[in-house]
Amino acid sequence: MSKVRLTIDGIEREVEAGQDLLSASLGLGVDVPHFCWHAALGSVGACRLCAVRVHDGAEDTTGRIEMACMTPVAEGQRVELADPEAYEMRARVIEWLMVNHPHDCAVCEEGGACHLQDMTVATGHHRRRYRFTKRTHRNQDLGPLLTHEMNRCIACYRCTRFYRGYAGGRDLDVFGAHDRVYFGRYEDGPLESPFAGNLAEVCPTGVFNDKGWSETYARKWDMAATPVICTGCSVGCNLFAAERDGRVRRVQNRYHGAINGHFICDRGRFGTLHVTEDRLDAARVGGTAAPVAEATAAARAALAQGAVGLGSPRASLETNAALRHLVGPERFFAAVPEREARAVGRMAAWLATGRAASLKEMEQADAVLVLGADLTGVAPRAALALRQTARGAADALAAEKGVPAWLDNAARGAGEGRKTPIALVTPMPDALDDVATWALRRAPEEIAPLGRAVAAALGGAAADEEAAGIARALHGAERPLIVVGADGALVEAAGALAEALGDGARLALFPPEANSLGLALTGAGGLEGAVAALEAGQARTAVIAEADLFERAEAELVERLFAAAETVVALDSAETETIRRADIVLPVADWSEAAGTFVNHEGRAQRSFAAVPNGRSAGWRAIRDLCAAAPAWETLDDMLAAMAADLPQLAPARAAAPDAAHRLPLGQVARAPWRMSGRTAHDLAGRVPEGTPARDTDAPLAFSMEGAHGTDAPPALRTGYAVPGLHSASAAPRVTDGPRGPLKAGDPGAFVLQGVDAPARETASVPEDAATGAGLIPLALDDPFAGDELFRRAARLADRCPAPVVALHPEDAAARGLAAGMPVAVAGAAPVALTLDGDVPRGHVAASVGRVLPRGARAPVTVEAAS
Amino acid sequence: MKGILESLGRIGAKLATRKYTAGYPEVKPELPARYRARIVLTRDPDGQERCVACNLCAAACPVDCIDVVKGETDDGRWYPETFRINFARCIFCGFCEEACPTQAIQLTPDFETADYARESLVHDKADLLIAGQGKQKGYRYWSVAGKAIGGKDKGAAEDEAAPVDLKDLTP
Ligand code: SF4
Ligand code: SF4
Ligand code: SF4
Ligand code: SF4
Ligand code: FES
Repeated sequence: MSKVRLTIDGIEREVEAGQDLLSASLGLGVDVPHFCWHAALGSVGACRLCAVRVHDGAEDTTGRIEMACMTPVAEGQRVELADPEAYEMRARVIEWLMVNHPHDCAVCEEGGACHLQDMTVATGHHRRRYRFTKRTHRNQDLGPLLTHEMNRCIACYRCTRFYRGYAGGRDLDVFGAHDRVYFGRYEDGPLESPFAGNLAEVCPTGVFNDKGWSETYARKWDMAATPVICTGCSVGCNLFAAERDGRVRRVQNRYHGAINGHFICDRGRFGTLHVTEDRLDAARVGGTAAPVAEATAAARAALAQGAVGLGSPRASLETNAALRHLVGPERFFAAVPEREARAVGRMAAWLATGRAASLKEMEQADAVLVLGADLTGVAPRAALALRQTARGAADALAAEKGVPAWLDNAARGAGEGRKTPIALVTPMPDALDDVATWALRRAPEEIAPLGRAVAAALGGAAADEEAAGIARALHGAERPLIVVGADGALVEAAGALAEALGDGARLALFPPEANSLGLALTGAGGLEGAVAALEAGQARTAVIAEADLFERAEAELVERLFAAAETVVALDSAETETIRRADIVLPVADWSEAAGTFVNHEGRAQRSFAAVPNGRSAGWRAIRDLCAAAPAWETLDDMLAAMAADLPQLAPARAAAPDAAHRLPLGQVARAPWRMSGRTAHDLAGRVPEGTPARDTDAPLAFSMEGAHGTDAPPALRTGYAVPGLHSASAAPRVTDGPRGPLKAGDPGAFVLQGVDAPARETASVPEDAATGAGLIPLALDDPFAGDELFRRAARLADRCPAPVVALHPEDAAARGLAAGMPVAVAGAAPVALTLDGDVPRGHVAASVGRVLPRGARAPVTVEAAS
Repeated sequence: MKGILESLGRIGAKLATRKYTAGYPEVKPELPARYRARIVLTRDPDGQERCVACNLCAAACPVDCIDVVKGETDDGRWYPETFRINFARCIFCGFCEEACPTQAIQLTPDFETADYARESLVHDKADLLIAGQGKQKGYRYWSVAGKAIGGKDKGAAEDEAAPVDLKDLTP
């Protein structure tokens, strides 16, 4: 990129060419007030708040007032932010915006982290002169996730630009005319988009806010924030978890340039709050509560009989490594069926070829083939990325005409609605159909053959029209991208396609869970191996670490495990079916109570830290106590060192974040913001303890306000943006390199797949489960609002989540004498009212993943009327 | 040198003034209403709790001795579920009173707050909330706020127009 030199308020600066003056200024740390500009949404020049005086060069002594967000940077430009006329203009703009603004700050959730407050202070407006009436609006009930307080709207249009333009939502719009415009739905009702929660951060005022947070409210300055990783899917979005009084109050986006950028999905924002629901607190032996020591002793006795260990795709690397150490590598298995363990293993192998695409790289692809995956359900944030991919072609056309992409409205017009070629091959209508060039419906078992046909067409073989068209689009692209989920046959098809496409091709492979890839890298085989070992009498005890087997595997297989194991020891943070059935139960930490490392879909190891002090013991600590010869794992760093020794391929994961001994000039990194009020009164009902804050042995983070804040901390340890004068999420562009670029000090995370030799290509690739026999072939239905057994416990997300579905093609239903609404049981699972849906391929039964059927199941199942 | 002598002179002159002994505690001093001592939470003219749990007093407090937890009534009012002041820490600076947008928190001239046990210096809402308006009369925050509460619909606050009719396209 070329550079241009310009002066801002007399200081000479060098910035990248091709950007707007507002982005450039914010990047330099010069706070130009702004509203309608958003780092991810670009410039529209609507609010007129970013007025500055611009001189074209040394000879231009008069200059003119310009909107910084609409003005490209240019060589020799002189920009005056402090110009009296520009200052006056900004002050008047704010005064006008405040004319109708309610006197609400005291009872507004946004207060203290409000971009409108920040801008009002920045422009010096502090006295109301307007004496006439304020316009008012009625609010809407937007469902369980968001509040709506329309009086506070300043009509910046950020919400609709995000919701409709960026996230492809349809049910939020602007109504009415001139100063009475209204942002809401056509009628009351929950916002449909699974990204609606972002409105709480996108809206610069208190119109939209997190309803759950409002219920257990604390001001932003009163909550300690911790950098955590979302465990809702394999994307691994970076989050801030805000805590006060030992309770996680709110989860927000934490900027990561290559992954989530400015946005996360609602599953991550609201589902993570499952940690505030009822939890598993007491250990149990044989169904009755027992002290942890007693349960641990009982478990050790059972372990002495020989044990298999079942590692979890949602538990941290550390917990899985500890369990592997406890039972030995030969007896360590994954709590998922063989088909999934193998498919994810093959994903790791393909990713190790250096073709992994981050979400950022997905957005930059210029032709995409999605095979089989309902991306919105499997990895919601990735679906949002694909929507931006779709716009790439329009931006490219606009750029040809000289219109930069940041000039949002103009670029949309100049782009003529051109769409990046995206082929979406799925069994059922998909949420992304509207951005697809080819939205192809194929039965699950016909998708891999289509992938192979495209690969063959790339090699010059004859193919049907669709396959040939897709092959042409991929072939003509510089950065083609293949996207699949955890299906063995599709992973191979994707890999073959990428190879046929050459070095520029990228793979976005989405395993089912937050640490599926990490678990696969331990080399664990599937659940069947554990069952076989138990049935053969090689082991008598099964230890299950943080996984509900019934969620992940067919009931029949799980029942065999329970029948064959003399003792089942289960560790988890909440009550699950597996916990209910286990003989010995040990409570362990959830994501909010312990630090841990997770490997996301690209093979990026990321560290999550404990958001609340004094939580339950981390999974790996509980497992350490089960070892006959207790290993010397005191801290997370000990555990990581042991893991690196046992599993050298995971050693790079240690570098995901600095170790606990890391110190900055100011000491540790503070979780709590400077203000943290009430410290000498809080929690002091009837007593005056002068305690010290809790200590965290697993992180260089303090549970107090003492230490480094904001960008003084390394990126993996950031507890906030801490930009003076900017207290809301709108401060993010100040800490990034360019509005959508990486964090200034680099995006956090460490790749574990780099340098790992790809496991030898299996000659006989993963067998495609032959869909033979009687019954109907299952078809997994994912839902962005569902999530796993833990996420579904989060009350507000559960409210938003549709009831479990079982759907049949009407003719299949008629042939079985089933009618819509009838309670039916799939493979003996709990009955669900039947839906008839002509979109379900004949001979298949579509059912909700996890709640009705385990994911990835392919063997035909029975569907019967429940008695 | 001159300054020192001057000070010495002034102090020496005090030897000649009349002695004054306050008869406290038998005789209570009369303090002005703006004197800053015991803190109370007041009610609005309708007898409703004024405090809306905005936390501004807590944020303003230089010794961090105010802890407020927000609650919300069924009719939409914000109120403090917990309001706690640790008088063992309070320095009676009055910043909380200045910060309060609802005139709920007020310092009063009652300075007799000493106690034998530190624990009893931690005052909860029940100890702080009084029946009246205190020294600031007449202010009712909810009448000027835009948020609707039971009995005060949108458009019913002071200087508010009736809610917008979205179907109306007239200029
Ligand atoms: S949106 Fe901001 S300025 Fe408006 S009432 Fe809320 S906190 Fe105050
Ligand atoms: S609701 Fe919020 S984001 Fe939307 S226009 Fe109003 S202030 Fe802007
Ligand atoms: S569920 Fe997945 S996409 Fe959503 S926030 Fe979590 S990691 Fe990101
Ligand atoms: S500043 Fe006033 S209204 Fe706000 S919490 Fe304190 S006493 Fe209540
Ligand atoms: S930010 Fe430039 S006009 Fe709104």
